[in-house]
Amino acid sequence: MQAFLKTGKLSVTDKPSTSGTKTTKKKPPAPWVEKYRPKTIDDIVDQGEVVQVLRECLSGGDLPHLLFYGPPGTGKTSAILAAARQLFGDITRDRVLELNASDERGIQVIRDKVKSFAQLTVSNTRPDGRPCPPYKLVILDEADSMTTAAQAALRRTMERETRTTRFCLICNYVSRIIPPITSRCSKFRFKPLAKENVIKRLQEVCVAEGVDVGDGEVLHQAVHTCDGDLRRALTALQCCQRLLGKVTADGLIEVTGLVPEKLVDEYLKVKNYNELEQFVAKFLMDAYSASQLLEQLSATVVNAGHLTNKQKCDISEKVAVCSHRLLDGGSEFMQLTDLGCTIIMANNNP
Amino acid sequence: MSLWVDKHRPKDLMKLDFHKDQALRLKNLVQQSDFPHLLVYGPSGAGKKTRIMCLLRELYGSGAERLRQETMHFTTPSNKKIEIMTVSSNYHIEVNPTDVGIHDRVVIMDLVKNVAQTHQIDSSGQREFKVVILNEVDDLTKDAQHALRRTMEKYVATCRLILIANSISRVIPAIRSRCLTIRVPAPTENEIATVLHTVCKKEGLSLPSELAMRIAKCADRNLRRALLMCEACKVQKYPFTSDQKVPEPDWQQFIREIASMILTEQSPKKLGEVRQKLYELIIHGIPPDMIFSGLLCELVRNCDMSMKCQVANHAAEYEHRMRLGNKPIFHLEAFVAKFMAIYKKFVEESLGDAF
Repeated sequence: MQAFLKTGKLSVTDKPSTSGTKTTKKKPPAPWVEKYRPKTIDDIVDQGEVVQVLRECLSGGDLPHLLFYGPPGTGKTSAILAAARQLFGDITRDRVLELNASDERGIQVIRDKVKSFAQLTVSNTRPDGRPCPPYKLVILDEADSMTTAAQAALRRTMERETRTTRFCLICNYVSRIIPPITSRCSKFRFKPLAKENVIKRLQEVCVAEGVDVGDGEVLHQAVHTCDGDLRRALTALQCCQRLLGKVTADGLIEVTGLVPEKLVDEYLKVKNYNELEQFVAKFLMDAYSASQLLEQLSATVVNAGHLTNKQKCDISEKVAVCSHRLLDGGSEFMQLTDLGCTIIMANNNP
Repeated sequence: MSLWVDKHRPKDLMKLDFHKDQALRLKNLVQQSDFPHLLVYGPSGAGKKTRIMCLLRELYGSGAERLRQETMHFTTPSNKKIEIMTVSSNYHIEVNPTDVGIHDRVVIMDLVKNVAQTHQIDSSGQREFKVVILNEVDDLTKDAQHALRRTMEKYVATCRLILIANSISRVIPAIRSRCLTIRVPAPTENEIATVLHTVCKKEGLSLPSELAMRIAKCADRNLRRALLMCEACKVQKYPFTSDQKVPEPDWQQFIREIASMILTEQSPKKLGEVRQKLYELIIHGIPPDMIFSGLLCELVRNCDMSMKCQVANHAAEYEHRMRLGNKPIFHLEAFVAKFMAIYKKFVEESLGDAF
């Protein structure tokens, strides 16, 4: 009994201390990509015309239905999110419905969720009396992965609810959006970001995070490995910083899973079957990725000065075949051997 | 008594035998406040699992080593009941979703949801997240991988994923970009030999260095296989002698036999015999892609360059078809028949030239 009471007491005295530690525990830091997502549309890198249109809307103009398309990491989602935040301020949560490919987006969801959200009417003032635009925003991210049926279900909804709802569709490939939808939206193409701008942006982030990147060399490498995709570049930088404690060119190659240039060259210069066998075995043992090798190889082959056009032709064609087979799940060993043989033959008969 | 492989498995990140600087980086990673999703990839026997278990120990202390096995039940949308074995401790759960074939998506979604929805009650002393380890991510269906990408972001507060793959070629880029990828290359032959020496020393045995080197060579840079071979050697004959025979896995010998059968005679009758043998291999659970690469390696040995290219070309083609189809034996046999045709033509032509 004594012991019971005692322990009871002890736990009471313990309690405040545990809750105390709980409140002091800091939240895990956010990924840089989220942390440095543009807050206002003026922070968007490049993309002049889109920013122009969005700025027009912010200053009172009407917002059309939007269709953003372009390669990944060029700021499509960031642009619309920033605009939404500026339009709606603290009621963003009530006014914006964001669905991306990871959410269920079959025809049923379009019919139920999107339609019922679109049908709600909203006032043109905020709860605190300030004015705000009298419409809601539905953002359909990665719209190219929506089924055709789901897109078709969207058509009439888009038109009928124009009074209260604007749609913003975001996709990588505009060709996968059905024409009736594209004709209802104003289309904006997001260009791949210019190299200097990416570097400038990365530099800002690095300064803000207190990361030493030395001279521009490392950042050049980052941009080069991620060709114009700002998100990938940022993620790579953060991973590198987290794993190595510093950012170096080699570290970037390692975290992005790239194959070192030296190996690509070696593969391209293989002379006989024995060498090839050894190379492939070593390559796979070092756990590099074959599909990555193919990707880099095709870039190298096209720009290689020492190959004749016919050689380039032969190799590139085989690269395409092998890459297709790899995607279907073919074994890396087989495909690399096959491609290697083609390279040998091409090297021997210029 | 357990096997040497399990008995001498390093339990601490700092006690690992190779890739030490990587181990140090992992240790630093654990000490930082945020722990990302990990994607660990490398060939088999490179020590992926060992590293992950060390990492878990570093994260949670020795509690992560008390393992129990459970069978979990799931129901697919089409009302099919599936069950899957899991290995778990209080802090992590490990599962091999490919065991259930095409229903792996259900397992991933339900399992991760289950784990992620139970918060640690008192997280003051420990991490606020649990770990889900998924094996063989590269063999997951595309559906399952897409499901994973959503789950990864949604439940990041309560659960971290550690994905294990042999190669990241077949992992979709969306997952790759969400994880910190860690490449674990296979140990070199010298590293394997050193490990063999230390293990033998711990066992109180003396191992001649020539034998260690030979075992390392035979093991194909697979440390697990090397240790098993070494133990098999010990059972066969102890004290060790440096010219002792190193037992090879018998399926390799078997494939070699098949290859020599094919090379001696090219006829439909022989093809029938080869088929029997191939069936035997498949029945014993040797993965067809290993049979394929084994055959290719053996068959091209005595061909000239242009023929090698032809053979490799056809091998790649048939292997690809094998992936798409569902009966490996057809494609293995087709490859053997094709090789016989090429080889016979080559032999006849060279004979014709001689006369």
